[in-house]
Amino acid sequence: MITLNINKKTYRIDADPNTPLLWVLRDNIGLVGTKYGCGVAQCGACVVHLDGEAVRSCVTKISRAQGKKVLTIEGLSAANDHPLQKAWLELDVSQCGYCQAGQIMSAAVLLREKKDPSDQDIDDAMAGNICRCGTYLRIREAIQLAAKETR
Amino acid sequence: MHFNMEKVNTNTGRRAFLKTSLLAGGGLMLHFSGLAKMASLVDGGTEPAAKWVEITGYVHITPENIVTLICPNPEFGQNVMTSLPMMVAEELDIDWKKVVVEMGPHDNVKLGPQFTGGSNSMRMYWKPLREAGATARNMLMQAAATDWKVPVEELTTNAGMLYHEKSNRKATYGEFASKASVLPVPKGVKLKEVKNFKVVRNSQKNVEGAKITSGKPLFGLDYKHEGMLIAMIQHPPAFGMKLKSFDGAAALKMPGITAVFNLKLYEDGFEQAGFDVRTFNDLLVVVGKTTWEVMNARKKLVVEWMPAGDVKDTMSGRGGKREVVVPGELENTSAQLQKMADYAKKPAKELRKDGDPETAFKQAAQVIERTYNAPFLAHNCMEPMNFFAHVTDEKALLVGPLQAPGWTEPTLAKILNLPPEKIEIQMTRMGGGFGRRAYGHYLIEAALISRKVMAPVKLIYSREDDSTYGIYRPMYTATYRAALDANKNLIAFHVKGGGIPEHAIHANRFPAGAVDNYLAEGWEIPSNITVGAFRAPRSNFNAAAEQSFLDELAEAMGKDPIAFRLELLKRAKENPVGKNNEYDADRYAAVLNLVKEKSGWNGPEHTKYSRGVAAYFCHNSYAAHVVDLTLKGGEPYVERVYSAIDCGIVVNPDAATNMVQGAVVDGIGNSLYGGLTHKDGVVEENNFHKYRIIRMHEAPKKIEVSFVHNDIDPTGLGEPPFPPVFGAVANALYKASGRRYYQQPYASPQPNSQSV
Repeated sequence: MITLNINKKTYRIDADPNTPLLWVLRDNIGLVGTKYGCGVAQCGACVVHLDGEAVRSCVTKISRAQGKKVLTIEGLSAANDHPLQKAWLELDVSQCGYCQAGQIMSAAVLLREKKDPSDQDIDDAMAGNICRCGTYLRIREAIQLAAKETR
Repeated sequence: MHFNMEKVNTNTGRRAFLKTSLLAGGGLMLHFSGLAKMASLVDGGTEPAAKWVEITGYVHITPENIVTLICPNPEFGQNVMTSLPMMVAEELDIDWKKVVVEMGPHDNVKLGPQFTGGSNSMRMYWKPLREAGATARNMLMQAAATDWKVPVEELTTNAGMLYHEKSNRKATYGEFASKASVLPVPKGVKLKEVKNFKVVRNSQKNVEGAKITSGKPLFGLDYKHEGMLIAMIQHPPAFGMKLKSFDGAAALKMPGITAVFNLKLYEDGFEQAGFDVRTFNDLLVVVGKTTWEVMNARKKLVVEWMPAGDVKDTMSGRGGKREVVVPGELENTSAQLQKMADYAKKPAKELRKDGDPETAFKQAAQVIERTYNAPFLAHNCMEPMNFFAHVTDEKALLVGPLQAPGWTEPTLAKILNLPPEKIEIQMTRMGGGFGRRAYGHYLIEAALISRKVMAPVKLIYSREDDSTYGIYRPMYTATYRAALDANKNLIAFHVKGGGIPEHAIHANRFPAGAVDNYLAEGWEIPSNITVGAFRAPRSNFNAAAEQSFLDELAEAMGKDPIAFRLELLKRAKENPVGKNNEYDADRYAAVLNLVKEKSGWNGPEHTKYSRGVAAYFCHNSYAAHVVDLTLKGGEPYVERVYSAIDCGIVVNPDAATNMVQGAVVDGIGNSLYGGLTHKDGVVEENNFHKYRIIRMHEAPKKIEVSFVHNDIDPTGLGEPPFPPVFGAVANALYKASGRRYYQQPYASPQPNSQSV
């Protein structure tokens, strides 16, 4: 039995401790906002926060998550009103939408660390998040808008 | 998550109102010809449903005036879930802010062809959806007029309200919805004039935007059903291989696993229709309770594979059925390239000839010949292939991401031996489509697995399964030749294209029609590597090759690339050569002129950037791009792009801009980095660490999109902006490096120069 703290709730999970957090979130708990895109930490669709740090849940074992705070897209805000979520809607960023939860989770860490991120900061922070639909321009603009609103 | 629509009985039978028509390129398409008279009845009775009232297939209005619009076409990011309902809302005259949009179920009688692809959604539904909205509004007005005992001509509507100003009466649509629903459905209701649009031509936000940003279950991979098991298939490791034997004992012992078995997808001699393409017929399946457990157990399968040898497939088509031999070779990229070079020298099938190109080339003062190559491309949708199926002897429920339920349902019916009425297909949002999800083999697989284990099952492909399964964009080549006379006039144009397993040539496209002597030829090399539609099929290569060649030609003739194209288009307009020229020269020229203006083509930007231009017409819309490229540490980087588009009436401007920007990024990524290779039939690029996809830092900082303003009925945008990006990038690379680029992906080492 593994005890996990996800979005401020406690879950007792009966799964192999080597199970990636991604699959426990999706299959065992039913939080499907965090997505499977590649399984090898290349695409960023699975990004969640582990004690505030952006990690790829597809390669993060639940044993590593024990005793730590996990935050997923579902827990990022109570009312879909994190500055990034608001900026995403303001600028109508999404096309298919599959990658966007991971994009937002990566961007959230960037924004916490840099109040006024430069283009280079955004490039570096978001390099690990693939968008097959090509919404990068809007993601960049949304990050800049959210940063501006937060300052 | 899904609106469960009750099927309404018709007196005349399910297929009564479908019409057929011949598509321009061949093949039959079923049309939704009009509104069915059955809309008046619910469940065979005369009482409307208490909860909602169906006025037409696309509009539901509750007595409390909550309006739900049904989107007929499945969504993969092109935002039809917003744009299609906008068309209904415009004519229905309701408050867009209060509208609820739901994805419709598969129902070709009530909802039309429901095919997402070919950039056709807007074009196909423009009239039917507007008719639906206008007709529903008309029926509401009739109901109110009858009740109020006033002439219907004296009524007006606004934002979901009915008014009779003379007697100062008003009512919500909801109040009259029930009464409207039992009226006969009128035909030929007048539509609004374009100049009076309030919803269409105004940017509306993505109706699903908030669900996406808050992580709601939306995609096939997110779908859950009680008692659902997870299944994965172990495919052969290479094209041209098949299952010899397996031992599933170790896998079956793994935690959570409930079954290990193999099945055949198609029985021998099964007649495959166009979208029944499949790569592997053996299904070696592992079924279990959770995804991770199944992924782990799959690794414990002990499997022997063997070469499949030549395989006979039976294909159905317009001429009846025919047998095709799929070659058994385990292919290598180096051998593929060599084969293509050999085939290019052999005679090919003539696709079009105007004038006397042979003589013109013999008499030419100068002949320029160039050959272009491009690799197989994988769609690599962000959401891997998956589908849910729950199949019993009586019925089947299938839920998941796909582009064309109407094309896979007949195959399901045949294979499951169930009538279509007993097969329910629900379409989830798709994490990308790009053409890949028109091929429903994975629905058949899920259905067969569910039937076998007698349980609801979700079939999942891992990224590796997905990337290596095939149904790729073909490998292409094309040799272009141009003949110039002593005054550097273009007197002949010749394109000979080939590919594995098919060529890309569109013989009637520009510059056909603009050159007196013209020859187009094509050849093909059969292969066991499966292919399918990939965002602007054929065009996605043509625009790279042809637009690069036109650029090189312009330079040889001492002309500006845009001016040269405009000259050719002028000739095509004023004195066209031949017949069936598949483009409107004025509209084609207009996007070139627009991009020339917006990019400041004649200005000083040429000193700061390496600029490349290209334009193309496909899937009924016109697109032109100017790409501004620099070299960052020797690597090509596209900083900015100017795009000019003619897609007729732009239904949702901001969404359309997003689409074009996305297509530009996708085009840059595929042209610079995309491509896969084979080694003994094995696809080497099986995940994103090997198959390179463009990322944030590689995408332009600015993509400025301009639309030609006209009142032409809308055409699509999913594909048209994509192909010319490849050509523009190649042309910009020439400016940056001083050498021409003939081989994609362009960021890979290029072979030796071809210039003479």
